[in-house]
Amino acid sequence: MKFAIQVNEGPYQHQAADSAYLFTRAALEKGHEIFRVFFYHDGVGNGTRLTTPPQDDRHIVNRWADLAEKHGLDLVLCVAAAQRRGLVDDGEAERNGKDATNIHPKFRISGLGQLIEAAVQSDRLVVFGD
Amino acid sequence: MSEQIKNFLYLNRRAPYGTIYAWESLEVVLIGAAFDQKVSLAFLDDGVFQIVKGQDTSGVEMKNFSPTYSALGDYDVNQLYVEQESLEERGLTIDDLMHLTWEDEDEDWAEKDSIRVVSRAELASIIEQQDIVFSF
Repeated sequence: MKFAIQVNEGPYQHQAADSAYLFTRAALEKGHEIFRVFFYHDGVGNGTRLTTPPQDDRHIVNRWADLAEKHGLDLVLCVAAAQRRGLVDDGEAERNGKDATNIHPKFRISGLGQLIEAAVQSDRLVVFGD
Repeated sequence: MSEQIKNFLYLNRRAPYGTIYAWESLEVVLIGAAFDQKVSLAFLDDGVFQIVKGQDTSGVEMKNFSPTYSALGDYDVNQLYVEQESLEERGLTIDDLMHLTWEDEDEDWAEKDSIRVVSRAELASIIEQQDIVFSF
């Protein structure tokens, strides 16, 4: 089956960020396809490379990145949500005159149309959040 | 923009200003309207407060985005379900809600109501008919 995943909550704050990852990993292990993982609301916080959790804790951002590396996952942060919350890539830094970027290279920033497209193209959209 | 047409339902369950979910849900609806899908919205639980008329956010210094709901008809988003029980539980009636309308081009642009009050049971069957359910 082909899944689209939507992550609506930030890392460490809310279990939705963990559940989305665990579901995605399990689906891939079972041979399913993940069309796209779309991060929305505070979920965009899952995509900053500057995250530094305590060493004995899981690294939520790197965990997504490793999964993306292994399976070619498309990890997308919503641009409007990212702008509000200070998630920045090179393009956004340039456009908005910011002096830094913080997005992890395995993630990309794009528009909400990517969420709609993922929902249309997939057999199931699975939303993780409250 | 895409060859498939699916039934999209946006479930709006939260009050408009306590969290950003309502506003960012509306942003998805507006962007999604460009995709030529069959779209409807449902307002239930505290989500019914999103379309209450006469909203004034000056005291909380947040943007009052409620006028945006009036534009939905222009985006061909004109199926707005409101759960009867949620209204009643909060002491609201349809008269407390904004008068949201759309113009039907098949009937000489006649103005029609977008809001339909439905029971919890009816809403359950509406949800069941959907291909995609966004919950905000």
